[in-house]
Amino acid sequence: MPDHAPAVEIRGLTKRYGAKTAVDGLDLTVARGSLTAVLGPNGAGKTTTIETCEGYRRPDAGTVRVLGLDPVAQASQLRPRIGVMLQSGGVYPGARAMEMLRHTATLHADPLDVDELAERLGLGSCGRTVYRRLSGGQQQRLALAMAVVGRPELVFLDEPTAGLDPQARRATWDLVRDLRRDGVSIVLTTHHMDEAEQLADDVAIVDGGKVIAQGSPEQLCRGGAANTLRFQGRSGLDLGALLKALPDGSSAAELTPGSYLIEGPVDPQLLATVTSWCAQAGVLPENLSVERRTLEDVFLELTGRDLRA
Amino acid sequence: MTTYTPAPGAAPLGRMLRAQTALETKLLLRNGEQLLLTVVIPSVLLVLFSAVDIVTTTGPGKRVDFLAPGLLALAVMSTAFTGQAIATGFERRYGVLKRLGASPLPRWALMTAKTGSVLVTEVLQVVLLTAIAFALGWSPQGNPLAVLLLLVAGTAAFSGLGLLMAGTLKAEATLAAANLVFILLLLAGGVIVPLSKFPSAVRPVLEALPISALSDGLRAVLQQGAAMPWGDLGILAVWAVVGLAAAARFFRWE
Repeated sequence: MPDHAPAVEIRGLTKRYGAKTAVDGLDLTVARGSLTAVLGPNGAGKTTTIETCEGYRRPDAGTVRVLGLDPVAQASQLRPRIGVMLQSGGVYPGARAMEMLRHTATLHADPLDVDELAERLGLGSCGRTVYRRLSGGQQQRLALAMAVVGRPELVFLDEPTAGLDPQARRATWDLVRDLRRDGVSIVLTTHHMDEAEQLADDVAIVDGGKVIAQGSPEQLCRGGAANTLRFQGRSGLDLGALLKALPDGSSAAELTPGSYLIEGPVDPQLLATVTSWCAQAGVLPENLSVERRTLEDVFLELTGRDLRA
Repeated sequence: MTTYTPAPGAAPLGRMLRAQTALETKLLLRNGEQLLLTVVIPSVLLVLFSAVDIVTTTGPGKRVDFLAPGLLALAVMSTAFTGQAIATGFERRYGVLKRLGASPLPRWALMTAKTGSVLVTEVLQVVLLTAIAFALGWSPQGNPLAVLLLLVAGTAAFSGLGLLMAGTLKAEATLAAANLVFILLLLAGGVIVPLSKFPSAVRPVLEALPISALSDGLRAVLQQGAAMPWGDLGILAVWAVVGLAAAARFFRWE
């Protein structure tokens, strides 16, 4: 059994629909037990990539291995081990919420406690409602419950919090965190940068059918343009001594009298350097603020600010 | 505290099949439109046309002796073809088939469960229509085994055609087409109106339809006491093979 294999290993995946290339030589590795967020604008190729991992699409080129298995040729071995949440639908319109969740549990050998899971996701009160009468958020949460009820090793969540209210979003995040804590590998796609920042060990930014950046949220935010530190104090401070103490590539300026801006690789060490310099100068820095790039800044830098068709 | 530690695995096949069949049957029996098609319409037509002399029936016995076999054929068509096509078309449209495709349930088991739920529904229909027919003074003839064989062959033929439609057309198109076909075959398939009333030029075409073969075969046994209507069985077998093969070849799951 290839059980040491990564959760997902994609090499050079290409998928075309007619003349349109949806995925164009994409590489992605998801480590066991990690949570990988796939970020990207609409039409970037996220869903096609995920659905190839789930065995719904055959690659036109490249290889895809999920838990070491070929998702198409070895589908019957793979399917019991993964949990799938589609972007929408997947439930009989006339089935009641709990009926469907119970049924999904019955298809698995050792499922979770259905009532407890439903309660946790706030589905208890709508258990007898038929699917087509559930709200969008309730439908999303039911799909999530169905994806995890079979105790999978790996779950694919395609936009799990799209259209959820803040409470439901929080409940979803908490469940996803607990899954990860207990060793479930998770791949999720999202448009929410804060979601990726909050949850992910690893973020893959996809655009034009390729992974254009990958790393932990911290790594992605650190690279590229500098971060900044601002404070206010007495005007006319001597910045020469500070600049000597700061690492290469940093700059310091008095923007307006008494208002200072430091640019550079802002980390705890740099902050300590600045405050000890202030202490030596006998200045109490006021309104001291650190501004780091958010994942959203990184995302927009990489994928551009133009609206996509 | 709940732990989510992975413990994946498929349930035993028998349990999955039973659960899927039970769910499909429950959903079918809960659906109002489906019940109208599979239960109400055949029952009402049986009572109405037996009681009122709207259409001149043919063959020996009372009116109900002509009509009961035709409405048993209609019941099979309503469940195996019309109902199954519409339900499966919308399941495809709403991603149900897609999602189940990622579950431990194999696709062949899903189709087996669908067939199972069609058969369960047909048993209920046959019991109901038989009871109504007896109340109307029906006196059936013939070999029950021949009747069973015809019903099974008819179910296979209509299932193939229904799944072919559901797996290739859009859900709305399936809904419209399946209902249209239901009405056309009800009128021109020997269910209520004897085929001898149609012009002789179109009769050979109508006689080759699966609904005509099923109603004619059931009538040959139940009304006239024939042994085994091989001709009608042959027509149904050809439709079944062609329909199921085409469905297997062209069915799209998404």
